[in-house]
Amino acid sequence: MADPRPLPTPDRMGGLSPAAFAALVTVGALVLVSMNNVAPSLGQLADGVPGMLRLVGRMLPPNTEADFLARIALRILETFQIALAGAAIGIVLSLPIAWLSARGLSPLGRGAFLVKAFVSLLRTIPDLVWALLFVATVGLGAVAGTMTIMVDTIGFCGRFFAEAMEDAEREPQEALRAIGANRASVLVGGVLPDIMPSLINSSLFALEKAVRSSVVLGLVGAGGIGQELKVAFDLFQYRNASMIILVIFAIVLLMELCTDKLRARVR
Amino acid sequence: MLDLQTAPPETAQLAVAPVITARGLTKSYDRRSVILRGVDLQIQPGERIALIGSNGCGKSTLLKCLIGLHPISGGELDCLGARMQGGGSRAERQRLRQQTGFVFQKHCLVRRRTVLSNVIHGLFGAPGSWRAFSHSIAPEPWRQRALEALDAVNLADKAMMRADALSGGQQQRVAIARALVRRPRLLIADEPAASLDPVSGRNVMDLFQSLCGGQGITLLFTSHDMKHALDYATRVVALKQGRVLFDKPSGRVSQSDLNETFHG
Repeated sequence: MADPRPLPTPDRMGGLSPAAFAALVTVGALVLVSMNNVAPSLGQLADGVPGMLRLVGRMLPPNTEADFLARIALRILETFQIALAGAAIGIVLSLPIAWLSARGLSPLGRGAFLVKAFVSLLRTIPDLVWALLFVATVGLGAVAGTMTIMVDTIGFCGRFFAEAMEDAEREPQEALRAIGANRASVLVGGVLPDIMPSLINSSLFALEKAVRSSVVLGLVGAGGIGQELKVAFDLFQYRNASMIILVIFAIVLLMELCTDKLRARVR
Repeated sequence: MLDLQTAPPETAQLAVAPVITARGLTKSYDRRSVILRGVDLQIQPGERIALIGSNGCGKSTLLKCLIGLHPISGGELDCLGARMQGGGSRAERQRLRQQTGFVFQKHCLVRRRTVLSNVIHGLFGAPGSWRAFSHSIAPEPWRQRALEALDAVNLADKAMMRADALSGGQQQRVAIARALVRRPRLLIADEPAASLDPVSGRNVMDLFQSLCGGQGITLLFTSHDMKHALDYATRVVALKQGRVLFDKPSGRVSQSDLNETFHG
């Protein structure tokens, strides 16, 4: 015979503790206050539309003069070189740094967290701030840009490489240690081959990120196409600016297509 | 075929000395988890020993202690002339592991590398062993030696395949080739057939018997399969709650011995 008592229904807010509920309300309030202070109002948006349309009108058609395009091509080449050299050096340097900071693998033992903190520092400081620092130390130009990308890449890859190393399969490592392999041999023979797809993926993301970063570094004098963009806006040469933006868009898109294709082939 | 001559003993005394001598061996990770509680064991060269016992009785821990993967907590342990108190010195561990092959239950291959590279990994620890990273940079004699080891386990034709493209049984045979390529005096196998189907498991055990028996390599393996333990070992050592319950020739192990090991 069926029990006449109704089945107890679960509490609608059962998964939410009072502390979690308070935290949720606080975050919501913070978002609303922030939006009230700094987000554009509907009126401001409506006022901005005609200005935006006027600017777009002055940007069209993009400048396609041969001299200008040749100058842009050289700057794009420089931008690409900054991204490529900076990312390549950064990726190579990230490997030993990641090893030193990887929990359970680092030869520094408990000292690994110091290296991890150093990598966090590199990552926390925005690339434009690094660019300002390097422009102040090595001067205006592409070298400062390359150093910025390098540091930015170490901050990014150093973390992801270390996480991949920590997540690598343990059994092959133990098997290599049982054979008599030292720490470096375990890393090279067991860990790196296991995490190679992850390393390649992170490196491709780093390269993509480096290309995107390198186009804006010129805004603070660290070389590349960004410098031309700043000059174009400073001198109200909006047709030049629109051409540069189109070229940047094409380069970043091309880069993303290439890295997507390469990533799809990694297994 | 692979010339499975074992590494020459350093002295005449070593040639007749026991391969492993353990007295009162203990291992604990903390006060509450005592794994080995005074194990006494002596293994002579050329013997094939099966280590049996329930899950958690300390079989795998004992094997790992023997080669210093886990430092022992107390007692005396001499393995191939290396004194392993406290895990032994780095030099002693290195010398010991040079003469030992270890086959794990889950073969533990580097799955993204070729079969040949995995076998060459067996030479890590040898002088110049940074070249054991991959078959493409390994010295030609090492490549040849690895191919001969693969031939011994009937996998020479799979040398250039990726390790994870092989079946479980084949991968275990690659792990055996990796252990053999260093020409060990002692081969340790931790449940080598546990992850294999009955036929593959039997094939792997046959391989151990023929390779070790023919070349005088001492074999120490753990198994939950009593048929494997009784058919392939010359002696059976049973562990129970971290102690040796019995140690006798495989022909004299009775059903009541097994009942006591697993149920009593």
